[in-house]
Amino acid sequence: MSTADDQSVGMDYLESFPRKFLRVYFPLGLIIFFLLFPFYWMAVATFKPDAEMYDYEKYNPFWIVNPTIEHIKKLLVETDYPLWMWNTVIVSVSSTFISLFASVCAAYAIERLRYKGSRYVGLAIFLGYLVPPSILFIPLAAIVFQLGLFDGNLALILTYPTFLIPFCTWLLMGYFRTIPYELEECALIDGATRLQILVKITLPLSLPGVISAGIFAFTLSWNEFIYALTFISSSENKTIPVGAITELVSGDVYHWGALMAAALIGSVPVVILYSFFVEYYVSAMTGAVKE
Amino acid sequence: MAVMAESAVAQVKRSSLWTRAFESRNWLGAMFMVPAIAILILFLAYPLALGFWLGMTDTKIGGAGRYIGFANFVSLSKDSVFWLSVFNTIFYTFTASIVKFAIGLYLALLLNERLPFKSMIRAIVLLPFVVPTVLSAIAFWWIYDSQFSIISWVLIKAGLITRYIDFLGDPWNARLSVVAANIWRGVPFVAITLLAGLQTISPSLYEAANLDGATNMQRFRHITLPMLSPIIAVVMTFSVLMTFTDFQLIYTITRGGPINATHLMATLSFQRAITGGNLGEGAAISNAMIPFLVAAILLSFFGLQRSRWQQGGRD
Repeated sequence: MSTADDQSVGMDYLESFPRKFLRVYFPLGLIIFFLLFPFYWMAVATFKPDAEMYDYEKYNPFWIVNPTIEHIKKLLVETDYPLWMWNTVIVSVSSTFISLFASVCAAYAIERLRYKGSRYVGLAIFLGYLVPPSILFIPLAAIVFQLGLFDGNLALILTYPTFLIPFCTWLLMGYFRTIPYELEECALIDGATRLQILVKITLPLSLPGVISAGIFAFTLSWNEFIYALTFISSSENKTIPVGAITELVSGDVYHWGALMAAALIGSVPVVILYSFFVEYYVSAMTGAVKE
Repeated sequence: MAVMAESAVAQVKRSSLWTRAFESRNWLGAMFMVPAIAILILFLAYPLALGFWLGMTDTKIGGAGRYIGFANFVSLSKDSVFWLSVFNTIFYTFTASIVKFAIGLYLALLLNERLPFKSMIRAIVLLPFVVPTVLSAIAFWWIYDSQFSIISWVLIKAGLITRYIDFLGDPWNARLSVVAANIWRGVPFVAITLLAGLQTISPSLYEAANLDGATNMQRFRHITLPMLSPIIAVVMTFSVLMTFTDFQLIYTITRGGPINATHLMATLSFQRAITGGNLGEGAAISNAMIPFLVAAILLSFFGLQRSRWQQGGRD
């Protein structure tokens, strides 16, 4: 994706600062405030002692007087949270790698081998991208049960690729298309097999695409909820989103501090990964839409 | 001897078949497709078909079902909760999509201005979309709490209201609250993808318009919108698709309550199928989403696509 340096109109410098402030900075700041506020609120509740959390008269709700890590401690010691974290990591990493492997092979075959009917297969895979998990989860639950995968990580590792493979394949097809044919022809003349071409020429050249697809696939599987909610029943096999919703809410008493800590800690790994690969993430997101 | 010769011939034949397979693009292509196709057929195509079948049976969890034809759909058509969920889904999708589009386009235009720390601002704007939906929905749940809502507190301190707002206890408040949470999560996606579209518009078009004395509004109306409309079509199709089939936000914030007032078709099908154990009925509700979904996709895609060729035709 080419980043345009400056797309604003040439006479921009004529605009005075107060005018630009009213026209651009102020609304932008306001929108960003609303977009970020829930995160601030999450963080405040995580470190706030219960006494301050439920007393808005004596303490200003926007600030913490005595920060505490009680909620985090409670979450890590008294609940299965570390296990949920571990499950989420295992499931996300495995399903991402399975999907990347399958998608690289499929995208290469569709885009470069051009076998008979590859156009139609490519289109069918794109249509698969449009099938939402919320109409698949009921029959999938029946299948998962029949295969004996119910209530285990494998149920999620094998079903997440259903929404990851269409996306990754579609994205990678776009990247493979940009690699000149001549490079492959040279290698073919030198006696390379198709597999060698894929591993030694096409993949290294489309590494940015593979990273983009991988990062996006990882965050999608980290965020997944409905399959994990349906296919997993015992607490020690749950992922973070499901565990937080089903195990931390008991009866009518909500432990808001622990809930917020669960939300905050569960978000941090994705946000850190995202912050390192923003450009790749954005190009995956916009690339999937642009194609 | 004869046997050995025969096997040698077979060997040659097989190896040639093997090498042929490696040279033929069709064979090799088929082999490359195996992992992806196997997973997609077993866990995507087959369940899709199984879903149609399940919707016509009375399957319960832990028992085989009988074929009952369209009986599930007949009983659903008399079910007021089902129709309420249909209404809610349409209301939710329609309202949230329109507001997401309006704010998203506005934000994209703001981000397309000359700004300091532009890439950092863009990275921050996208955060709500990156963070797991369920986890940010938990934060919204706390923001909407009936006793400790920060929104109510601020409004009371500002003297605008006198009593805490019951965000999730009143049907319309609850509907609007989940719509607001959905907008919060969806705006970054719309804004950043539209921004990518804005950046591909050539500045020379704007310069030419400037020389001709076009106003800001005219530049937006006659350059930005027509150039952007193909990408708007795709973005909004995806947005409508995601909103219509949403499950996580509702399940986290209201679980369909109060008294089914915020049930979407997805959450209702989960409640009937998994919580209630009636897989057949739940599958029927899921299947009922498909025509709406196809209509919504066609409407937003072709409706907006048409304006592209209209603009193109005018040129």
